Amino acid sequence: MSTPDFTSSGLRRRRAVNRLMELLAWACAAIAVGILGIVVFSVARRGAGAFNLDLLTKTPVPFALGPVKQGLANAFVGTIVIVGFAALMALPIGILVALYLIEFARPAVRNVVTLALDVLNGIPAIVIGIFVFGLFVVGRGQSGFAGAFALGCLMLPLVARSTMEVLVLVPTSLREASLGLGVPRWRTTLSIVLPQTIGGIVTGATLGVARVAGETAPLLFTSSIVGTQVSWNPSHALQTVPVAIFELSESPDPADHTRAWAAATVLLLFILFASLGARWLATRSRRKLEAAR
Amino acid sequence: MSSAELTDAPRRSFTGRRVRLGDFLLQVVAGAAALAATALVLLITYKVVEGAQLSLGTYGLGFVTRVAWNPVAGHELYGAASFLFGTAITSLLALALAGPLAIGIALFLTELAPRTLRAPVTALVETLAAIPSVVIGLWGILVLGPQLRLHIEPWLHSGLGFIPLFGTPSAAGASIFTAVIVLAIMILPIVSSITRELFLGVPRDLKEGALALGTTRWEMVRGVVFPYARGGIAAALILGLGRAIGEAIAVTQVIGGGVFIHWSLFSGGDTLASKIAAQYQGATSNLQESSLIYLGLILLVFSLVTNLTAQWIVRRVARRQGVGIARA
Repeated sequence: MSTPDFTSSGLRRRRAVNRLMELLAWACAAIAVGILGIVVFSVARRGAGAFNLDLLTKTPVPFALGPVKQGLANAFVGTIVIVGFAALMALPIGILVALYLIEFARPAVRNVVTLALDVLNGIPAIVIGIFVFGLFVVGRGQSGFAGAFALGCLMLPLVARSTMEVLVLVPTSLREASLGLGVPRWRTTLSIVLPQTIGGIVTGATLGVARVAGETAPLLFTSSIVGTQVSWNPSHALQTVPVAIFELSESPDPADHTRAWAAATVLLLFILFASLGARWLATRSRRKLEAAR
Repeated sequence: MSSAELTDAPRRSFTGRRVRLGDFLLQVVAGAAALAATALVLLITYKVVEGAQLSLGTYGLGFVTRVAWNPVAGHELYGAASFLFGTAITSLLALALAGPLAIGIALFLTELAPRTLRAPVTALVETLAAIPSVVIGLWGILVLGPQLRLHIEPWLHSGLGFIPLFGTPSAAGASIFTAVIVLAIMILPIVSSITRELFLGVPRDLKEGALALGTTRWEMVRGVVFPYARGGIAAALILGLGRAIGEAIAVTQVIGGGVFIHWSLFSGGDTLASKIAAQYQGATSNLQESSLIYLGLILLVFSLVTNLTAQWIVRRVARRQGVGIARA
């Protein structure tokens, strides 16, 4: 850096540049918040007008003529089933991975597995869809299980990461106290260390569910060729909310757009509440653990 | 309590010869989970290569440079060049828009924002990342696209039409330009939250030292914050680029489609990811299906390259500065 220019004209110019840059930074933040406001507002405004209970209770009517009461009940049920199974797969494995990396693994192993988790997190969702298509769908056909497996792959690194982040915050003294009392390592890990991190695990689970509930790409190849009936059976392909919105948005019929807006509003509200809730939980559990240190 | 019990307990835990069954089981089960997570990355790569085998064998590397997508039986010919071009132009322009904006936001949040604004604005920017791509795409195709076509595109065309990027707006409404804006919105929160954490890691004494020498706040940022965070900013931009390259749904919804290379932002096109998503209702032949998976293989290679490069930079910077920085 060159020596600052302290002559009065130089000082005035430098102050002006500084002022300009500060204004630009304020403008950047305002733009980002503005974009969020515009997107959420324009979805909610169109969705709120279109929303009624039929959306959640009625099924779609293909080739409907005239005003037929129809909804997306099959998609909401399908999303619940698929996301539920995805969480059942990703949560236990993600927590175990985090336990292994923080409690047992040597640093070299930890580096390799952490890198693998980061790479997994960076693989595009559509590629995960193709992968599960090749793994389960070819020869066997689409199913809710295949969709849930694809979403589970996306959830796994999120759950593992957020569990790791709280595990490292658990004070070593707590582990040492437990081991010092003669408690075996596995019981120390499962009944002393793990319960301390429950806040972080719930956060990770909520963030994971919020992220995958809105995913479309992995489901296109694994669970998208569906009927219009409500089904809780994941061995068949199930309709989901994101895939339904995707299909309706490509339709030329304005009535379909209306339903897409309504479904998008429900999905968006769920996801925003879940991720803000997760944020709140994360701050709370971190503060608690840091206070205990 | 007898003395035998007292001497018994330590012998079991301190000799280290007899490993407890519980310890062994937990370590094996947790280790197996970690191994499975690592193996998953390899399995994904293997399965995608396997799916692309037919197309790889038929076209080899020529696939990458050919502009073609003809599924008509008897005249089948596939190539990735136009999609590669579409991916490059959309993701690079999106990064050019979102990158500076994200750095501005990070500066605002770390250096300028009043204490009361800091947490809420951080939360709001990160909330932007939570909006599902299909919802952004819905908004992009029904609200943003028509607005751009009616107002922004004609205005840019009349003023800057001599630059080939700003060609005649298409009547269809879908355009590469809309895709660029949508992608920029989607990668903005990722880049800004990583950059923010980097800026938070800049040592306070360096910043205060610069200010004490009489620099303005901007000069301090340029002279201390940027050089200190340079490597990390590069990693954040690369991760943002990776995200933009891999986004399929929102782009498919707004970009319109088409197999050609042209410079006009205001006409349709396709990216690798959007082409795959657009064809989800089933390929008509094995070769077409395999060629779609070939497109996915190219995407996978891109994502591995961007992620590993970014991680490599992050680890190098972290080792040098002894600070951990967060990932996307």
